[in-house]
Amino acid sequence: MNYVALKMLFGDRAKYLMLLCGLTFCVMLIVQQGSIFWGLMIWSQSGISNLNVQIWVTDPNISQVAEVKPIAPTTVERVRSVPGVEWAVPLYRGIGRARLANGEYHQITLMGLDASTLIGRPTNMEEGRIEDLRTPDAVVVDQWAVERMGGPEVIKVGTIFEINDKKARIVGIAHVQKDFQNIPSVYATFERATTYAPPERRLLSYVLAKARDNEPVEAVTRRIAEQTGLGAYNQEEFGWKTILWVLNNTGIGINFGTTILLGFIVGMAIAGQTFYLFTVENLKQFGELKAMGASTFALARMIILQAFTVGLIGFGVGIGLATLFGSLAASKGQLPFAETWPLLGLVFGSLLAICSFSATISIIKLAKLEPAIVFR
Amino acid sequence: MELDAPTAEVSPEETPGGPPPAVKARGVIKSFGAGDTKVTVLKGIDLDVRMGELLLLVGESGGGKTTLLSVIAGILDIDEGQLDVLGVPLPLLPGGKKTKFRGQTMGFIFQQFNLLPALTAAENVAVPLLIHGTPKKESLRRARTMLGTVGLGDRTEFVPAKLSGGQQQRVAIARALVSEPRLLICDEPTAALDGENGQKIMAILRDVGRSPERAVIVVTHDSRIFHFGDRIAELTDGRIVSVHGAPKTPPGGSTGPASDAGGPPAAHEAAS
Repeated sequence: MNYVALKMLFGDRAKYLMLLCGLTFCVMLIVQQGSIFWGLMIWSQSGISNLNVQIWVTDPNISQVAEVKPIAPTTVERVRSVPGVEWAVPLYRGIGRARLANGEYHQITLMGLDASTLIGRPTNMEEGRIEDLRTPDAVVVDQWAVERMGGPEVIKVGTIFEINDKKARIVGIAHVQKDFQNIPSVYATFERATTYAPPERRLLSYVLAKARDNEPVEAVTRRIAEQTGLGAYNQEEFGWKTILWVLNNTGIGINFGTTILLGFIVGMAIAGQTFYLFTVENLKQFGELKAMGASTFALARMIILQAFTVGLIGFGVGIGLATLFGSLAASKGQLPFAETWPLLGLVFGSLLAICSFSATISIIKLAKLEPAIVFR
Repeated sequence: MELDAPTAEVSPEETPGGPPPAVKARGVIKSFGAGDTKVTVLKGIDLDVRMGELLLLVGESGGGKTTLLSVIAGILDIDEGQLDVLGVPLPLLPGGKKTKFRGQTMGFIFQQFNLLPALTAAENVAVPLLIHGTPKKESLRRARTMLGTVGLGDRTEFVPAKLSGGQQQRVAIARALVSEPRLLICDEPTAALDGENGQKIMAILRDVGRSPERAVIVVTHDSRIFHFGDRIAELTDGRIVSVHGAPKTPPGGSTGPASDAGGPPAAHEAAS
């Protein structure tokens, strides 16, 4: 009877396409909205992920990566002395003001990397070499600086501009994940960055560290926090801390979450209702099969097969369309779009749930169906 | 039209020494609703349908014909009385067994054909076989053979929408017969057809559907097909009021298209 079930499903093309469109729309809506939301969250902690280091040490009261609370310069040595730490280097992070030759001002995020190791450097350079940061007045900007500060004619390797009235010369353009606040990043050595920074008693923002290979990162992180009294987080922890801060302290969590939830509910309702209507419209045909001797169990199997077949096809097409949208609209990084396996898994599970629910409702109706309907 | 003299009154016929009746109903009562809204549709039906005969069940609308068909098919349960179908006390069978029994022993032809629109003629005919687990290839082979028997050998791969009403009903007949049922139940099979096609369908039912090992019950309003029946049972207000032998000639004395397919049957003599 599987053959009959599938023929019934695919044979009535108008109904099938309507059903498929409903499910596809549902999947696409949820995946697209979910991916944009998650893309935003990734942007929000790009200040962490772009540096790609194991352990971040900073003020224990810090809430998120962009909220800098300078710590004592001796902290680097204190962290290095913690057992299990392989290395520890300083990092400066602050907001600066860039003045271009044409007189334009732009706000930038200034990153100061340890000069000897350049740990925390961008891994992907579009132009130039990161090692040239060690040359006089050298800075590396990210591709967003090129985009926001005047384009490739203005911001290019060799461009000279000022940061807080001090000379900076671009020696490279890095390709990094966009920042949530959409502020371009400028990389310099730690020492040079502190010369660009406004005068402060403390200029060390973070200590970046790595655990020895045979030491669990979590254990070393905990040990650093215990022995220094500072906040120590592994990369994932700090990323989540930042994401949770964004969710709790901006409207994104509620506004975007509401949109996604509504999209989810509407999408699932459309999917469930469409499949239920599909079954109801075929009730007479099912009644006919029942009159001819098909058991309720056999008919239930047919409905389940139909539900999951169209559900899987709708899932595939919906994912495909959402991915196409993502690759077209978000290909240049203008739109946050992160289609992750957990999101796809969640949507898949939800779709299975709604298909099961719709099929169950339909089966209950079918079980109560009197085959005498065929004589009416 | 004029019917033969009644061969039995309200009392059921007996067939001493003959094969057991395909259907034996005694005092069958069926009601719908409850309390003030309760309506008794069958008010003590006594009826025998014999193997090898084509029985027409006629009567006014709302008289209970379709309900009686549903009861005989085991689709509706009776409230009171005795109902044996093919020797089995149908009301005593549990639901699942009743469904299985119905599928294995009965074939159905409906007024509106009720073909599955997405399936080809052959696939529609194969459905009863598929329901009972016959492999698809074998089911389709037998379905095509059966379609050939009803004159649709060249239409096996057509979907119902591409077939005329008469052709669709022939597909329905093939579907009802493909699993070789012992009881064929037809609910107004000519109601949706014009007169000519109605005659052709009844001729097929008479020639292909009827056999010594099978009983055919046809509910109809159409007096033009009365001559195809071996007997005609009249159901009025929930009771069998008479059982007649069928007329020997079709209305107007013409044999019509049906006679081309074999002529009207002689009414079988009903036992008194």
